[in-house]
Amino acid sequence: MTVNGDEAVAYAVKQSLVDVVAAYPITPQTIIVEKFSEFVADGEVKTEFVPVESEHSAMSACVGAAAAGARAFTATSSQGLALMVEILYIASALRLPIVMAVVNRALSAPINIHNDHSDAYLMRDSGWIQLFAENVQEAYDTTIQAFKIAEDERVLLPVAVNLDGFFLSHTLENIYMLPDEVVHEFLGGYRKVSKVKVDYFDEEVPLALNPARPLSFGNLDLYDYYFEHKVQQVEAMKSVPEVVREVNEEWFKLTGRRYGDGILDPFEVEDADVVLVGMGSGVGTMRSVVRRLRKEGLKVGLVKLRMFRPFPFKEVVEVLKNAKVVAVMEKGVSPGSYGPLFLEVNTALYDLKSRPALVNYVYGLGGRDLVPDLVEGMIRGLFKELEKGVFEPKLRYLGVRE
Amino acid sequence: MSQQAGWRSLPKAGVTFRLSTDYKTGDWRALKPVIDYNKCTKCMLCWLFCPDMAIVWDGENVVVNYDYCKGCGICANECPVKAISMVPEF
Repeated sequence: MTVNGDEAVAYAVKQSLVDVVAAYPITPQTIIVEKFSEFVADGEVKTEFVPVESEHSAMSACVGAAAAGARAFTATSSQGLALMVEILYIASALRLPIVMAVVNRALSAPINIHNDHSDAYLMRDSGWIQLFAENVQEAYDTTIQAFKIAEDERVLLPVAVNLDGFFLSHTLENIYMLPDEVVHEFLGGYRKVSKVKVDYFDEEVPLALNPARPLSFGNLDLYDYYFEHKVQQVEAMKSVPEVVREVNEEWFKLTGRRYGDGILDPFEVEDADVVLVGMGSGVGTMRSVVRRLRKEGLKVGLVKLRMFRPFPFKEVVEVLKNAKVVAVMEKGVSPGSYGPLFLEVNTALYDLKSRPALVNYVYGLGGRDLVPDLVEGMIRGLFKELEKGVFEPKLRYLGVRE
Repeated sequence: MSQQAGWRSLPKAGVTFRLSTDYKTGDWRALKPVIDYNKCTKCMLCWLFCPDMAIVWDGENVVVNYDYCKGCGICANECPVKAISMVPEF
């Protein structure tokens, strides 16, 4: 089927037996909500669609719905995500397996509707699982997988599916879709609420709002228990890689498609001297350049990161330990520091006895194109630097005018 | 404070795991209301105004449940016969 990235997500949500969708339109996410509200209006889904007045309310409605045991979905971008931030922390701390499509867009000011990863980095510490899609097919696949990951008993955390604004959201691609029944079976039907043991019931009760077995959510939790509940969230994150891998494998059996091990996808890294690390749609451009340069005999490789939170430290070390230079390709910027992705890769590699040199390339801010020539020039430059052995400065910009 | 559980045994999501009455909330009080029963007319205005249901009727008198009273002083302020005085906790 030929769809753009937003439509692909809307179709995935349609097939995923979602009970509640609450959303507010914002470019470049709008098509998801538009398309989905069409499905609702045409009676193609039984989903309750809540057209709210802001993103703060969209996430709040999802929190309420998920706390009542519903499978909930929303989508947003940029400023909309920024407006949600307060509730993002609540969703993850209340252990609500909400799925949200984040159609990545630059943050204001200056106002810009195009793609970079500033908004994804904004929610970095909110306790959400963050997955990145490289193309429209992956956006569709990941959206369905996200429900399974979020609702896993070992996880119970919300998932953000990141797809690059316009590059994916508005780009038509031919993708394979599964029949509805196959998706239903993959997800095990409607959401199953997990159980919880509390002192005042002598049985395990559903971890959801339920008049028959009342629980109160969102309680005051001061210095006596807040710390313990945060540790629970951190510990739940530890089970995520295992679950993502399992879901990736299960998806492979079903569709013949998989994305590396679900966490990261290495390309030509075994003997590579220069390795690029990136996330999102830019990885496609980088891969085509790497493939071309490999034909010339340049030892260059690429690691596509699919999971940014929890950050796969062990896996990153494993795949980068033999490289001589690692170029972290960053579609975001942290004024006064290096990019968030760079800091993570840096942290991952620090414990190695002999570690690769690291450089941080900021590219594509505000939707600027990452053209193949730019990547090629960058890689050739890195090989020249490799001969000299000096890599300064560490923070560089790709495609900015002097 | 009641006996404290570690993160492994705490229910997820911060849902309360005991009845709300098991959580004693009177420990941040600085001033406590003391009722002078010679003045008290049992008009129940203190009971009516208490924001925390910390004032209860024991069948004969109005009494303060210090496990939950936060010492806000509304009862003392509203008492028409000035039967309630706020005295320092410590």
